[in-house]
Amino acid sequence: MGALLIRDLRLAIRAGGGFGLGLGFFLILCVLIPLGVGPEAGRLASIAPGILWVGALLACLLSLDRIFALDWDDGSLDLLATAPLPLEAVVAMKALAHWIVTGLPLVIAAPVLGVLLHLPGGAQGWLVVSLAVGTPALSMIGAFGAALTVGLRRGGLLLSLLVLPLYVPTLIFGAEIVRRGADGMAPATPLLLLAGITLGSVALLPFAAAAALRINLR
Amino acid sequence: MSLWEYANPRKFMETSARVLPWLWGMTVSCLLVGLVWGFFFTPDDYKQGSTVKIIYIHVPAAMMAINAWVMMLVASLIWIVRRHHVSALAAKAAAPVGMTFTLIALATGALWGQPMWGTWWEWDPRLTSFLILFLFYLGYIAFWEALDNPDTAADLTGVLCLVGSVFALLSRYAVNFWNQGLHQGASLSLDKQENVSDVYWFPLLVCIAGFVLLFVALVLARTRTEIRLRRIKALESRERLAE
Amino acid sequence: MLRVQGLCVARGGIAVLEGVEFALEPGQALVLRGPNGCGKTTLLRTLAGLQPPLAGTISVPQDSLAYASHADGLKPMLTVTENLAFWAAVFGTGAAAVAAALDRMNLAPLAARPAQNLSAGQKRRLGLARMLLTGRPVWALDEPTVSLDAASVRLFADMVRAHLHGGGAAVIATHIDLGLSEATVLDLAPFRARAPDQGGRRDAFDEAFA
Repeated sequence: MGALLIRDLRLAIRAGGGFGLGLGFFLILCVLIPLGVGPEAGRLASIAPGILWVGALLACLLSLDRIFALDWDDGSLDLLATAPLPLEAVVAMKALAHWIVTGLPLVIAAPVLGVLLHLPGGAQGWLVVSLAVGTPALSMIGAFGAALTVGLRRGGLLLSLLVLPLYVPTLIFGAEIVRRGADGMAPATPLLLLAGITLGSVALLPFAAAAALRINLR
Repeated sequence: MSLWEYANPRKFMETSARVLPWLWGMTVSCLLVGLVWGFFFTPDDYKQGSTVKIIYIHVPAAMMAINAWVMMLVASLIWIVRRHHVSALAAKAAAPVGMTFTLIALATGALWGQPMWGTWWEWDPRLTSFLILFLFYLGYIAFWEALDNPDTAADLTGVLCLVGSVFALLSRYAVNFWNQGLHQGASLSLDKQENVSDVYWFPLLVCIAGFVLLFVALVLARTRTEIRLRRIKALESRERLAE
Repeated sequence: MLRVQGLCVARGGIAVLEGVEFALEPGQALVLRGPNGCGKTTLLRTLAGLQPPLAGTISVPQDSLAYASHADGLKPMLTVTENLAFWAAVFGTGAAAVAAALDRMNLAPLAARPAQNLSAGQKRRLGLARMLLTGRPVWALDEPTVSLDAASVRLFADMVRAHLHGGGAAVIATHIDLGLSEATVLDLAPFRARAPDQGGRRDAFDEAFA
C-alpha cells in the first residue's frame, strides 16, 4: 500500500504541476474575486470564509479526474485490480495521494490567502483547522466520483456535476467554522459535524468507490 | 405467486398495459376534482388571500419530488440485490418525473413567495434543499445518459443513487444548520392541531392522491418505453455480434 | 491447477463464447487461437476475475493467477527499475527479484531509463518482466508478443518455458508460434456463442421477451 502511495506522489512530482496546479488555481481565484467584488476590506472580510472554502473545493475538483483516469488508460488499473491489494485500499491510497498533492498545500497556503481577503485574525487559525479537517473528505468524495466516471471518454464535466452536490455538506460546515471564528463564536459544533463527515467518508466511500471501479472494469 | 413475478419484463408489460388506462382515468378525475374543489369552492385565507390556493399544486408536487427520489432509491436497491432489469429501468424512468415535480415545487414556491414574502427567491433551508435535490436529479439523469452499456449504467447509477441519498440527507440537515428560514412548518402532519384547517385539508388530500396517481402512471408509462428501448439495444448488439 | 468447465463469457452483456472447457496442470501451457473479436481477451479477463462469467466455473487456487493485458500498465515518468520495483512491492517479492527480472528480459542496460524513452518492443519486454515479479504460478497473457522482434520473442518463449519447468502454467492468447513444445493449442472458433434462436443461451432479460 505504501508503494502505491509513493508511486502516485512520485508521478505527481515528475509529471509537473501536480503540487502547483491546484494551489495556483486557488491563488488566482483569490485574486480574481476582489477584482470582481471590489477592494473594500469590510465586504471582502465578510465573504472571505465562503470564497476560501469554495476556492478550495474548486481547486480540489480540478485534478479529480486524474485520480483513476491515467491508470485506466495505461492498463494499470486492470493490473491493480488483479493484484493482492484490495481495491478498497487502492482507492483509499489514491485519495490520500490526491489529498497530499492538492489538499495539504491548500491548508498550508490558506492563511496567506486569508490575509489577501482581509479575513479577521481570529479566524485564521480556524480556517487552517477547517481545511485540514474538511479537505480529506473532498478528496475521498472526489475519488468516489472519479471511480464512477472513469470509463467515460469525456467524464470531466459530468464528474463536476456529480461531485459538486455531494460537496454541499462539507462546504456548509467548513465555511461555517471560519465564519463563526471570524465572528468570535464557538465553532465546536460545525467542527465536530465536519469531522464526522470526513470520518464517515473515509470509512465508507472506499467501498462504494471500489464497487464502482469493479463495475467499470467489467 | 410471488410479487417478484411482476419484475419479469413480459409480465410487467402485460400487467402495466392493462392497468394504465384505469390509472390514467383515476389520475385525471382525482386531479380535476381536487383542483376544481380547491380553486373554486374553498374560501380565501384571511391573511394570504387567494394566493393560498397554490398549495393544491405546491404541496403535492413537493411531496412527490422527495417521494420520487425515495422510490428511485428503493428501485436501485432492488436492482443491486435482486438484479431485476425492470427495477433499474423504473428508477431511470422515475428520475425526470421527480425532477419535474421538484421544478414545479420550486416554481410555484417562487410564485407564492413573491406576494407573501415579497421576494421570488429566498435562501431558506427548505427552498435551498429543493434546489440541491434538483442538482442531484440533474447529475443522476446526466449520468444515465452518459453511459452506454445498459447493465453498467444500471449498476453505476444505482451506486450513485445510494451514496447520493446519504449526502442528500446530510445536505438537508446541513442547510437547516446554515440558515433558519421563512418557510412555514409542514402543511400536513398526523398531529391534527398543526394541520391546515379542514376546509383546505380535504381538497388537498384529493390533490395529493391525484399527484401520487400521476406519478405512478407516468413512471409506468416511461418504464414501458425504457423496456422497449432496452430490448432494441439488446437486439442491435446481438445483430452486430452476428455479423 | 486451473480448471474451466462449461464457461460462458460475455462482452457488453452479450455472450461471445460458450461451453469452454480446459484444464491445466503444472508445467502445461495453453495457447488460445481464434479470429479477432472472437473473445480471447474477454476469456482472459474472466479468468483473471475482472468480470464474472455468465455461466460455468473457473477453479483456480486463490491468488495464484497473474494477468497481463494488451496494455503494459507502465508509468512513462518512472524508470524501468521503478516501474518493476512498484509491482514487486505490490506482490511482496523483493528487490532481488527485480534485478533477476531485468536480467531475464535483457533490460538491465536500460534500468535507469524512464519508461517513456523506451521503444514499443522494450516497453513490451518491461511489461512481461512484471510477470516474473508476481510470484504466481498461473499466467494469463493477452497477446504478449505484439511489437516484439524475433529475438525478443525467443527471450519471451524462454521465460515462459522456465516458468513451466518451475511448476507453473500459462494461458496465452497469441497468433504466432512460440515454439513451446509444452503448449497445447485451443481453437476458440467452435466455442463461439450461438444466437438465441439457434439454440444458444439467452440472458434473463431476453428470455422474458421470447
